[in-house]
Amino acid sequence: MSFLEVNGLTIAYGGKRVVDDVSFAIDYSESVGLVGESGSGKSQTALALLGLLPEQAEVHGDIVVDGVSVIGASAKQLSRIRARRIGIVFQDSMQALNPYLKIGKQIRQILLWHDLATGDDADARVIRMFERVGLPDPERQFQVYPHELSGGMRQRVMLAAALIAEPDLLIADEPTTALDVTVQAQILELLEELRDNTALLLITHDLGIVAGHCERMLVFESGRLVDAGATTSLFASPGHAHTRALLDAAPRIDSGNAPAPVNGRTILCAEAVEVTYRDGERGQLHAVNGVNLLLREGETLAVVGESGSGKSSLVRAVLGLVPMISGRVVYAGASLEGPVQTRPVAQRRDLQLIFQDPVGALNPQMRVQEIVGEPLLVHEPGLTSSARLDRVRAILVKVGLEDSHLRRYPHQLSGGQAQRIAIARALILEPKVLICDEAVAALDGSVREQVLALLRQVQRESGLSIIFISHDLAVVRSISHRVAVMYMGCLVEVADNEQLFSQPRHPYTKALIDAVPVPDPIVAPKKAALRGEVGSLLHPPSGCVFHPRCDYAKDICKKEQPEAMNVGGSRVACHRAKEIDLTT
Amino acid sequence: MKVSAGILLFFLVFAIVGPWLSPPEYLRTNFDLLLQAPTFSGGHFFGTDELGRDLFARTMLGIRTTLLVAMVASLVSLVIGVSYGAVAGYCGGRIDAIMMRFVDTLYALPFIFFVILLMVAFERNFLLIFVAIGAINWLDMARIVRGQTLSLREREFVDAARLMGVSTPRIIFRHIAPNVLGIVVVYVTLTIPQAILVESFLSYLGLGVQEPHTSLGALVDAGVNQMEGASWMLLIPATVLALILMCFNFLGDGLRDFFDARRAT
Repeated sequence: MSFLEVNGLTIAYGGKRVVDDVSFAIDYSESVGLVGESGSGKSQTALALLGLLPEQAEVHGDIVVDGVSVIGASAKQLSRIRARRIGIVFQDSMQALNPYLKIGKQIRQILLWHDLATGDDADARVIRMFERVGLPDPERQFQVYPHELSGGMRQRVMLAAALIAEPDLLIADEPTTALDVTVQAQILELLEELRDNTALLLITHDLGIVAGHCERMLVFESGRLVDAGATTSLFASPGHAHTRALLDAAPRIDSGNAPAPVNGRTILCAEAVEVTYRDGERGQLHAVNGVNLLLREGETLAVVGESGSGKSSLVRAVLGLVPMISGRVVYAGASLEGPVQTRPVAQRRDLQLIFQDPVGALNPQMRVQEIVGEPLLVHEPGLTSSARLDRVRAILVKVGLEDSHLRRYPHQLSGGQAQRIAIARALILEPKVLICDEAVAALDGSVREQVLALLRQVQRESGLSIIFISHDLAVVRSISHRVAVMYMGCLVEVADNEQLFSQPRHPYTKALIDAVPVPDPIVAPKKAALRGEVGSLLHPPSGCVFHPRCDYAKDICKKEQPEAMNVGGSRVACHRAKEIDLTT
Repeated sequence: MKVSAGILLFFLVFAIVGPWLSPPEYLRTNFDLLLQAPTFSGGHFFGTDELGRDLFARTMLGIRTTLLVAMVASLVSLVIGVSYGAVAGYCGGRIDAIMMRFVDTLYALPFIFFVILLMVAFERNFLLIFVAIGAINWLDMARIVRGQTLSLREREFVDAARLMGVSTPRIIFRHIAPNVLGIVVVYVTLTIPQAILVESFLSYLGLGVQEPHTSLGALVDAGVNQMEGASWMLLIPATVLALILMCFNFLGDGLRDFFDARRAT
């Protein structure tokens, strides 16, 4: 008998089924990946396993954990299953930890509650666990509140909480989705290392993670389990069309068809841009530190980096949404100055931005036709309302939407549709430069591919220049002509797509590329290449900002900030770029 | 919520139509029928007061006055409060600081003192009550709207509008104001009872509406004087007043749930 058996599980809210007749089993010590797009019922299934569904949920079917039924179990029986038999790690660690309790106390509670240890013994076990999950200085961490830790460290605490009672099964629900790639690699490696004999149910939308860490996988599509099998065989020959579609939509960082570089005139040029924010009494936050960057006509320039790298601040300064402390931005021969409200209207027309959260970027109180038509109201006030509507219709067709969408409100649109509306609004003015700030990060795989295809098509037809900000290197690989890598407000490397991915010159670029999981079980996951996490922007490291995490750092890296130099087709800011070889 | 809205609608129709049906009724004194208890046969459903006036007609008039005061006062506070708060919140910085310190200063004035001064300076005037009540209510409204605007200002659709070149007034009135309206509507339904209470309070003190006009507050005041002999004169207007207040409160709660649900989808 398997450790966990799920039979005909159905979860409904008000008659609407979110999980529909799902059956699967998990054996002792096996690792299973649960994949599917958002809203496919993955998390609902996980919550059902622990009896954590809200009261309104109508649950049918059987869930048996080691001979004990979960559905209809009493609170006492459930508490015996939780933690001791099944541990869980959630995506949002800040929500899952009690902000008013020191983390040591929180984890100790689990031991006390289940009578697994008492007093000093419990403390010692918690500290030992902290050590195992790689929290630096575990004894001090015992006395720390959740908000004092970084996202990566909090996720380690969550792992400690899930594993301290030595459960037979660990459920990890999108455990690394909120983390940067280099930290994600560390956490996944840790998960693998700590697991020994604990079975793992890893819920994720990222096929790369499943490929690297799961023996078996289950594929969900709108509440149904449509495909199941060994990871290697499903990747090689998917049993269901939806699995095929998911695999096709998963971008691969190691695929070779990078767009060829474009040789256009320079359209936009940023020189020594510097942006700082005041962080209350704590001082100045150096978000962007003397960045030089140029954009050519008709090309897609990707700006990549982890959170806090300053990529968003950089483009926001270019657009005039945040003030630049120093530096200069030149667009088509004219200097862009001051906040956006004070810039000439014609200039504003040529530069448009697309946001990460498609729904948040649309006014919830306006209909689609007003949203898309508004830019015309400003820039072509002479237009009659019927002429304006015609233009709106035409642009909607272009982004693949229909007339029936005209009268909808943003909350009546799906994420993909909302992002198309945002793109339509930006394109209706026929801008010269389109800036996409994580424009596809919030979208599911298949929808993301459609939006990327739309951007490519628009670029082909109208010669648009695009700045594509992203943390997702696999996506960047497939769409951009050139790539700029940022770390802690500094530009560390700029190169053509092919050049950058096949021959990174900066150790950070190399680490970023290696940290991206490849959706192919045959490619073994690489060792987490970076130690530590991004430092504080309040007190950036001396010299090269990357030196505390760099394996190649020498004395000079701690003292002097490196100047950008040309090394074999790349522009790199690294003291040792010429001597070190990163290709292996 | 539906029940509350229904009852309020009934009162509204009652208040508008009622006095038309029998215009002079509330003025007509009948010294043969002083302090009559409510009867159905005599035609005075709510009885009569100490001057023999029909209490039914006077209650209808009272409801009309009270609802009018509440609505005009709320409208005044709505218009001033939303514009003021949205401008202060959106502009931010020094403009915001100056505008909000002005609000704080007004807050610091003792309200009753302020009203008494007004009454003394310009005779007792129906209009003045509206002005006085509206003048204190908009302060709260401005603060609430400003707070909402501060967070809306950071939302991406506002950035998008700025990038498109939308003018500042249009951003404030087309993008910010409609989005605070949900909260504002809820708040209005909760300030209406507040305005009614203030009006009743003023009338009770003798600073509100003057005879022969009346409001629910004034009726309650008259009722208190006759409490021992003619309890209906207190009970009937007081019950109607309490019912109206309760309905507005429930309506406000209901609207808040309604807007929350829409926000969530």
